Amino acid sequence: MTEQTIELPRRESSLLRAIKSVALLRESVVGMVGLGIVVFWVFIALFADLIAPFPPNATIMPLASPGMAGPDGAVFWLGTDHIGRDILSRIMFGAQQVLIFAPLATLCAYTVGIPMGLAAGYVGGMTDEVLSFIANVILSFPVLVLYVIIIATIGASAVNILIAVTFASAPGIMRIVRGLVLDLRSREYVAAAETRGEGPWRIMVLEILPNARGPLIVDICLRVGYVIITIGVLGFLGLGLPPPDPDWGGMINETRQMAMTFPHMALFPCIAISSLVLGFNLLADGLREVSLRD
Amino acid sequence: MSTNGKGYDGPILECKNLSISYFTRAGEIPAVVDFSLTLHQGDSVGLVGESGCGKSTVAMAIMQYMGHNGGIVGGSIIYKGQDLAALSEEELRHLRGNEIAMVYQEPMASLNPSMTLGRQLMEVPLCHEQITEEEAYKRAVQVLGDVHLPDPERVMNSYPHQVSGGQQQRVVIAMALLSNPSLLLLDEPTTALDVTVQAGIIELIAEIAEKFNTSMIYISHNLGLILETCDRINVMYSGQVVEEGTVEEVFDHMRHPYTKGLFSAIPLPGADKTAHPLVAIRGQLPLPHERPAGCYFGPRCDHFQAGACDQGLIEISPVSGEAGHAVRCRRWSDIDWTAYRPGDVSAEAIAPGAEVLAINKMRKYYELHDNSIAAWVKGNRVRYVKANESISFTARESQTVAIVGESGCGKSTFAKVLMGLETATDGQVIFQGEDVSNFPVQKRTPKQVGSVQMVFQNPFDTLNPSHSVGAQLARVIKKFGIESDKDKIEQRVMQLLDLVKLPRDFARRRPRQLSGGQKQRVGIARAFAGNPAMVVADEPVSALDVSVQAAVTDLLMDIQRNYRTTLLFISHDLSLVRYLADRVVVMYLGNIVEQGTTDEVFSPPYHPYTEALLSAVPVADTSIEKKRIILEGNLPSVMNPPKGCPFNTRCQRKVGSICETEVPPMVEDKEGHIIACHIPIEELRQVEPVIKMQKDKEDQPAAE
Amino acid sequence: MVLTMLVVSLLLFLLLEISPGNVAVKVLGPYTSEEQRNLWLEAHGYFDPIYVRYFRWLGNFAIGDFGESIRFKVPVSEVLWPRLANTGILALATLGTVVPLSLGLGVLAGMREGSKLDRTISVGSIITTSVPEFASAVLLSAVFVFYLDLLPGTSGMSDGFDLVQLALPVMVLVLYDFGYVTRMTRASMAEVMMTHYIRTAVLKGLPYKVVIMRHALRNALIAPFTVIMLQINWLLSGVIVVEYYFAYKGFGALLLEASLNQDIFLIEACAMVAVFVAVATQTIADVGYTYLNPRIRFS
Repeated sequence: MTEQTIELPRRESSLLRAIKSVALLRESVVGMVGLGIVVFWVFIALFADLIAPFPPNATIMPLASPGMAGPDGAVFWLGTDHIGRDILSRIMFGAQQVLIFAPLATLCAYTVGIPMGLAAGYVGGMTDEVLSFIANVILSFPVLVLYVIIIATIGASAVNILIAVTFASAPGIMRIVRGLVLDLRSREYVAAAETRGEGPWRIMVLEILPNARGPLIVDICLRVGYVIITIGVLGFLGLGLPPPDPDWGGMINETRQMAMTFPHMALFPCIAISSLVLGFNLLADGLREVSLRD
Repeated sequence: MSTNGKGYDGPILECKNLSISYFTRAGEIPAVVDFSLTLHQGDSVGLVGESGCGKSTVAMAIMQYMGHNGGIVGGSIIYKGQDLAALSEEELRHLRGNEIAMVYQEPMASLNPSMTLGRQLMEVPLCHEQITEEEAYKRAVQVLGDVHLPDPERVMNSYPHQVSGGQQQRVVIAMALLSNPSLLLLDEPTTALDVTVQAGIIELIAEIAEKFNTSMIYISHNLGLILETCDRINVMYSGQVVEEGTVEEVFDHMRHPYTKGLFSAIPLPGADKTAHPLVAIRGQLPLPHERPAGCYFGPRCDHFQAGACDQGLIEISPVSGEAGHAVRCRRWSDIDWTAYRPGDVSAEAIAPGAEVLAINKMRKYYELHDNSIAAWVKGNRVRYVKANESISFTARESQTVAIVGESGCGKSTFAKVLMGLETATDGQVIFQGEDVSNFPVQKRTPKQVGSVQMVFQNPFDTLNPSHSVGAQLARVIKKFGIESDKDKIEQRVMQLLDLVKLPRDFARRRPRQLSGGQKQRVGIARAFAGNPAMVVADEPVSALDVSVQAAVTDLLMDIQRNYRTTLLFISHDLSLVRYLADRVVVMYLGNIVEQGTTDEVFSPPYHPYTEALLSAVPVADTSIEKKRIILEGNLPSVMNPPKGCPFNTRCQRKVGSICETEVPPMVEDKEGHIIACHIPIEELRQVEPVIKMQKDKEDQPAAE
Repeated sequence: MVLTMLVVSLLLFLLLEISPGNVAVKVLGPYTSEEQRNLWLEAHGYFDPIYVRYFRWLGNFAIGDFGESIRFKVPVSEVLWPRLANTGILALATLGTVVPLSLGLGVLAGMREGSKLDRTISVGSIITTSVPEFASAVLLSAVFVFYLDLLPGTSGMSDGFDLVQLALPVMVLVLYDFGYVTRMTRASMAEVMMTHYIRTAVLKGLPYKVVIMRHALRNALIAPFTVIMLQINWLLSGVIVVEYYFAYKGFGALLLEASLNQDIFLIEACAMVAVFVAVATQTIADVGYTYLNPRIRFS
């Protein structure tokens, strides 16, 4: 047998593979709509500085109706609030804040939750019992109660909200990952790795985790949506970032009393937040559909 | 009650040129093409084929239950004169369960876990006939007696998970029989069951067919089973029937190259790994939308003739001189069937070398901790599962030792201890001179780890779906320290792929692009990557199709021959074991009950369990006469093994109370052949062999 | 369960009562002198060793003595229980609507997976769960209070119990919640419809209605049962937003007020009650699941 020089073709770059999997999503109408909405808001958040007609906190002309023109001719497309700030601009900058915070918080939660879930599911035994107990304790606090207590106790700031969200979400993620790991660890390729003498962390991260990515990706989307709602609720209850920074929940809270006469002030932020969450939820559903068809 | 033949004289079922297709997003997939069948009252016909041949689809079509994307695209199914496709849903409902009944492959999944068995049974007559609940109850109890279930009342009140697999299947059969159907469809009814349990179910089915004169369609991939249960056989390949006829005729005078290929690929008693090795059918099963023009089997056929075999639809034509025997082949009369022995090659026998493995009274007990209060009170908080009890045997270089047994016999546990996934509770496991019984895998040297590797059972799970084939093989090579240079590793990967006869560009493919057989080959390559001294193969081919089994088995043999590896072959398939193994170890409930060379174990003196096991294995050979031994009772639970001899609860040769109280001694019949039984060895030597060869058939490979 | 409660109580205790000085400031106000605070602390046993304090605190909880609310100036229990009852009424009304609605829709969707009905119900559920409660509160108020003038805008219940005032809060809650339960039920039902035993039931010749009602439902409804139990938990303590928006004097609003006012004993009491409800519903859900699933019940 002659030795041929081996020409293994270069592995497809990860970018190419990612693009291909997005293309798969094309099969799901729901997923594409969700993706469209998310991309739309990401675009707005990215370019808010360039395309917002007014600075978000500048008080210009109170209680302007949507479509009315301001002093130098620029139009308040969505009107202004009771202090005179342009609602459209505030929504755009609010999108920035939400789309930085929510994914970041979700990422932090996953960074904590994934290792916990891997360890609990794969190692089992005492590790599992302790970790699951901790998760149960945290989860037995109703979520909003937890947030309210934490924030009311340690105060509201960007970092604190991040910590609160991570703390409240990590146990749920841990449970999901643990469930997936428990299912996957009985597969023969895991046994094959074990008979090779591979170390436990290598098995968890390289053998098991890549095969859990389907359900986890769906969960990430759902969870980002849920965190967006949570940030909105905290803002609404007055526990979010302190004013005057635009915060969709806060905007709704401040203006709801006047919604009788000036409905636009509360309505547009409502639509904004609902559409963004809807986008993530539809995306998650589309991804789930597509992964099932695989 | 269905009419069951009274008042109707014609055929019960007639399928005329039936074609069934599935409609998916990818287009139309023809699952069954030009299927014809005629069944009269009392007939039993077997549908045989490998996966994807369409046999289960035919059953679903008869039931008119093809899902919302399947449909009949040609031909018709006529039941007692009525075209089933023309019936309304309500009329179909009257037929189902009442005139046409079905028995399924997995009994546990086919029964509602939240309903008592009694309730599920009683539903059948209650919905089809006008009877009261008491009558339905009585009928259910009666039919449970017909299927020989002990204690029917208890079964009536049980949930499915509270009875064993064999009992569940009897309940499913009972459910099918309740309304005395005219047609019984059985879709691989015993595949999920242990061999000895299977024998009991087969016997039951034969009894029912005779007693109630029910017509049967028996679907299986196992030719031996069809021989034991059916009068006629239809061999299917890729959606078409390629040969049909009575069982004797097809088995003894087969006239289609595929049928011949199938029979050459299964280990019959006459086959022998050196003199008459198994012959795999070359090529691969075509995907439904990639079927060739003309004969679907053409590309794989030794007698393919361009011009004759690749044009138009091949018709099914009768074989002259044999009524009812027909074959779908244009050249069947041209082929010289007596001379045709596909791939008649022989290989050299290998002489075993030095001792590689010595197991000495190895025990493995698992601890079960019961933290409930009840256990604390009773004082048995820690219970032991005696998975392996006093295992002793040896294996030599380039020898094949088979470990045989059914579920719960401890063979998987044994494999785990050997591989280091578990440590032994007691005893020694001496591998290449070192005792590794207390060394889990993490404590072994890379060289030790690389010297004993495993081939796993389930090809679909054996490779990590997220990594490419080449990457997985490279990892193994690196891990065992065979090579460290990147280019050398790649070269070795290619060498391994060559070894298992896979194309080199498979290295960059993902597992899901490979077929089951191909994945299993990669699994073998992975096991041999470290030049192991011993390979443990845990049911490596049982999840594969028959023709693929032969190829993979032969591959394993080849590699073993070249590398002089010791092969520890774990299986429940006695035919394959007889073909492959040099020595056999028979296990029951964690104990070794018999061990010796293959010839010694497969002929008297037998341990009673070995005897029963041998009689339970279906053999696809008409020249064999087999004793019928049916074991009573279920496999006892490993947590509660019987005292004394573990086999005493089911033994057909039980001596008396000594079997219940004393552990049987290891009695030596000859050097190396040991039986654990209380029965004196002289008596066991007098026992008749289970399998006896009878007449010689003309065109079989010469049976020894 | 008991262990969880104990650990939670310990955490709460450590979080809120660990430094006596802090407690004193919160109770007595920032303008008191150190001497006054020490007197008060001494009188209430705050200089005892920590474990003594903890067990005394725990004991008080067990008998229902939650201390006195700083803001309301009455014993906490006087404030807590009526508010809890109010939330209970809200929860009951919501559950009474959500359970039949979502079980019904979920079963229908799951029965015919992939059909137009299923797609409509699924997408509808996703849309309704995407709208946060405060947003739907605004929207529904705009419609029913301002444009149609059918319902009152707040639910303070100042003139005694009034059913009409419950309508909007219940609507908001139902709208947000039913989507989740519907989708869980749908998933469970779709999974059951794919099983082999349903195929067996159909091929036995049973009428379709019997297959669904007798065979499918009893397996499909096990998972939603657990989900509904957990919804009870959410309804009792997760409705802060709705109560706040509609000025409904419920338990969630109480907790919010207490947190914002740093009303320590009230916070503790509310938190303990919330956790108790959570753990109790989880336990009932577990027990119920075991009971409903014969595989686990008899094994």
